[in-house]
Amino acid sequence: MNKIIKYVLYDIVRSKIVVAYTLFLLLLSIGLFNLGGSADKGLLSLLNLVLLTVPLISIVFATTHFYNSYEFMELLVSQPIRRSKIFLSEYLGVSLSLSAAFLIGVGIPVLLFAPGATGLYLVLTGLFITFIFVALAFLASVITRDKAKGIGIALMLWFYFALIYDGIVLFILYSFGDYPLEYATLALTALNPVDLGRVMVLLNLDVSAMMGYTGALYKSIFGSGWGVGIAFVVLVLWVLVPLLTSRRVFQKRDL
Amino acid sequence: MKNLSKYLVVWTACTLVWLLSSPSALGDTLKVCTTCEYHSVKEAVRQAKAGDIVLVDGGVYKESGIEITQPISLIGRNNPVIDGQNSGQIITIKSSNVKLEGFTVQNVAVSYMRDDAAIRVADHENIQILNNTVLNTYFGIYLQNADNSVVKGNVVKGESTGKIESSLGNAIHVWRTDGAEISNNKVEGHRDGIYFEYVTNSRVHQNISERNNRYGLHFMFSDGNVYTHNIFSKNGAGVAVMYTRNVRMEHNTFEDNWGAAAYGLLLKDISQSVILNNTFRRNTTGIYMESSSRLDISSNDFDRNGWAIRLLSSCIQDTFRLNNFTGNSFDVSTNGSPTMNLFEHNYWDKYGGYDLDKDKTGDVPYRPVSLYSMLVERVPPSVMFMRSFMVDLMDSIEKVLPSFIPESLVDDRPQMKKINHDSDRKLVQNLR
Repeated sequence: MNKIIKYVLYDIVRSKIVVAYTLFLLLLSIGLFNLGGSADKGLLSLLNLVLLTVPLISIVFATTHFYNSYEFMELLVSQPIRRSKIFLSEYLGVSLSLSAAFLIGVGIPVLLFAPGATGLYLVLTGLFITFIFVALAFLASVITRDKAKGIGIALMLWFYFALIYDGIVLFILYSFGDYPLEYATLALTALNPVDLGRVMVLLNLDVSAMMGYTGALYKSIFGSGWGVGIAFVVLVLWVLVPLLTSRRVFQKRDL
Repeated sequence: MKNLSKYLVVWTACTLVWLLSSPSALGDTLKVCTTCEYHSVKEAVRQAKAGDIVLVDGGVYKESGIEITQPISLIGRNNPVIDGQNSGQIITIKSSNVKLEGFTVQNVAVSYMRDDAAIRVADHENIQILNNTVLNTYFGIYLQNADNSVVKGNVVKGESTGKIESSLGNAIHVWRTDGAEISNNKVEGHRDGIYFEYVTNSRVHQNISERNNRYGLHFMFSDGNVYTHNIFSKNGAGVAVMYTRNVRMEHNTFEDNWGAAAYGLLLKDISQSVILNNTFRRNTTGIYMESSSRLDISSNDFDRNGWAIRLLSSCIQDTFRLNNFTGNSFDVSTNGSPTMNLFEHNYWDKYGGYDLDKDKTGDVPYRPVSLYSMLVERVPPSVMFMRSFMVDLMDSIEKVLPSFIPESLVDDRPQMKKINHDSDRKLVQNLR
């Protein structure tokens, strides 16, 4: 398994896209920290970009990578190696390289300019989102053989999680504004990993506004140890569910 | 020449001697200490006649129920302590022209029926309460019907942790008084820091009111008062003022009032008042305004608040000029469409317009109310979607084509650069 991961990683690094991604993130974070003035402002802008670009790049890169290494996988399948091993190696290869890029590109600037709990949450959120969206990309790729279709599905997933979902939830909240929605909102945010990550960082950043009546409730939930624990468990579930589903499909499918 | 200077020295010396001995010329001095004629403050006060000075030198006096019925001065030297031992009110002033200075007064138990205070002035004028320390009491300094009184340089400290609002009294409580001066006091750990009811034409300045269970400053039906250079911070619900006209609030600082129902400054039914040069920093809501009209809110700094201003639609004819809005999550929010309020020449850090004619004023109007802030006002749980890309998108579209946000709430002439209030703040301080 390690050997396959090594080959996947070698393949990815050779393509130089990950290097470009690292440099892009690095430039972006350093630029934002120097532009914003205060560290908080920098973190805030960075949060917006991380929540928008990291899922997009992760999902598009992982999907194209999966389709491009189809022949390599077919070759491996002909060898006495279990399919789930091949699949997991591919997954780990892609997600590890992308998260390494994220750690260098965002983690180091955050550590330099804005060390602290908020920065830690931001980096952890980014890492989880990388893992989650690579898993979603693999799910999109195993559903169909057609590359164009696969990338289409992946993009739709990104579009849904980054944009449409919030719109739908806001619409629901507005329509049912006469009811107590505090816990419903909480459940709805848990159904979108991007929102969950954003809320965790925000509860540390926009402290003042979050002290309003709803905010105070969430603050008490996410501020406590077990609240953060549950949030991370939900994020882990968001990695595992698409990953295991796609592994199952991959194992049973006629390649 | 030499003679003249000699005369001058003699003359000065004579004047000094006369000045120093003059109080004894007006009245006697009754000394209280462990080795003096009197060992009890209560006894000395009882013996004192009008114009006397009761001088207490150091020591701890376990007394309560001291009643001052003559116009005397009760002065403490070397920090004498009067310990009430939770047995009722400690000092009650029942005479005009009394001066009380330099004591530490402590331990008054909660009394729901009598509202016991450490120092109470009842129905007499021209009282001076100076430089006392009041510790661990129910009410601290309580003035009722005490016109032209001065409360200055006192420290009133209570213990509010773990107590509920109803079992706490106010630090400085003033009721039905005209022309009071409350200055340079430091109050904390009570229910309300400074409480005014039916107090008129009074001055409140340079006080620090913090960590009170409810409000740092609370007044009702108190017209014509001036509040300057006070600091209100970390109070349970900030500052709340109601049903009052003709108030001036200048150079005050409202900060760190955090909580679901905490406001830097809550204005309810306030009219014809002026709020100038104040700083609102890190409050959940900077100013919350309800049914308030004809207010002039100018040259204030709103920095890092959740909501800088919440202007309910019941407010009319309020003016907001030359204020700085920086780092607030929401600049202005409203629940409907308030009318006839004027926003002009403010600096908004979220303003994205341009200034082609270089007159330091933006050429495009700024709308401080965002669509999202209205949504949050209507459906509070949607605050969870703050900084979501969808929300930013919605706000941007609404800014280009406003259709939901109130037409009337607009700053037609936003400033391009942050307005510097600090220089004129110093100037005003010098002028005073």
